[in-house]
Amino acid sequence: MDNKNIIARRIAQMLHDGEVVNLGVGIPQLVANWLPEGVELIVHAENGIIGAGGYSKEGEGDPNVVDAGGQMIDIKPGAQFIISTDSFGAIRGGHIDMTILGAYQVDSKGNLANWCLPNKMGGIGGAMDLVSGAKQVVVAMEHTQKGNPKIVENCTYPLTGAGVVDYIVTEMGFMHVTDKGIVLEEINPNYTVEQVLAATDARLIVPVDLKAMDILD
Amino acid sequence: MNKVTTVEEAFSHIKDNDTIMVGGFLMCGSPEYLIHTFLDHPSKGLTIVNNDMGEYGSSLTPLLASGRVTDLVCTWIVRNPAAQEMYKANPKCLHINPQGTLTERIRAGGFGIAAFYTPTGVGTIIEEGKDTRWFNGRKYIMETALRANVAFIHAEVADEMGNIFMKGSSKNYNAAMATAADYVIVEANKIVPVGGIDPELVTVSGIYINAVVPIPKKD
Repeated sequence: MDNKNIIARRIAQMLHDGEVVNLGVGIPQLVANWLPEGVELIVHAENGIIGAGGYSKEGEGDPNVVDAGGQMIDIKPGAQFIISTDSFGAIRGGHIDMTILGAYQVDSKGNLANWCLPNKMGGIGGAMDLVSGAKQVVVAMEHTQKGNPKIVENCTYPLTGAGVVDYIVTEMGFMHVTDKGIVLEEINPNYTVEQVLAATDARLIVPVDLKAMDILD
Repeated sequence: MNKVTTVEEAFSHIKDNDTIMVGGFLMCGSPEYLIHTFLDHPSKGLTIVNNDMGEYGSSLTPLLASGRVTDLVCTWIVRNPAAQEMYKANPKCLHINPQGTLTERIRAGGFGIAAFYTPTGVGTIIEEGKDTRWFNGRKYIMETALRANVAFIHAEVADEMGNIFMKGSSKNYNAAMATAADYVIVEANKIVPVGGIDPELVTVSGIYINAVVPIPKKD
């Protein structure tokens, strides 16, 4: 399995039936393909849908029904179309169980940088609201950017949120951000602890009962 | 009470240095007929309020490239090359907001709230220079209401009183912006007599709307 699907599949195992989730672009969108038997999610699309489905078939979509990337999607039975203010009210009000999103950097205090690279303006979009308002914030990303660590002691890029990240899932392992720092709870058996530490620019806490990450070879 | 008018009459209310709210999220619900027709208007020194400044194919791109717009109030500009160029030439033209903050500022502007406290953006550059306050052990940022001189709104159906039905996820910013400007112009795919929209399906009441403009049918 490729790195992206290893990450998506591990995150899918964290989810429970009926939970409300917001999925960022890229790896987070793959999570829906790996849900355990009996787990159905209510997907929130911040542009205004509760109960979003997958991409519409070619030629069958409705341009009035799109996800936050502007792609035409189907909706699930039980869905609702909402206005932007209500959509973000749902986020800030703590009605989203989990937001899964990518990152440029995450640090040992749970700070997240994912909206702005130096000297380049993209935009914030809904990311700051999601990381501030969702009950759980899960970062889904490859462990390094072409070999450069993305898990660092202190973020150097502009922050999306301070102390907001709960879990980091990469192809190398499953990490929990705690008050004491980042705990490597599970490791991909294809890597050694030394390899993970070498690819990480922050202090990682490695517990004695470090578990193997389920990667479905 | 009949608010159906021509786009020319509606645009006669727009002046230099106006702030214009433009509904839509990327291309969904974007009032493209109004924006495209507005490309020929003489006004300048404009501020545009829009979530993302649309995409390359939106008429917002030539509008921003025309030099008539001085300020952008938005959350994200990744897909509009003209917005990127404006930012490179003058970073101060860009007033970036978190999305939930922008949409709530618009709602506040429409509904008589001067300011509000939100936790979004605490510990980021969004907090810089703003008042903060702690409530129940959590820090919040004070954000102020936003209003405009004019709003461009897209609707699927409007009646002659300006009651509107917005389809699917095209409601996005259109619904709140319709309440937050002094002069609100709605473009509609279909215009029906008063009573032609089931009251249960009115997304936004006509009381907020000043002008209803039909979108010409494509041949």
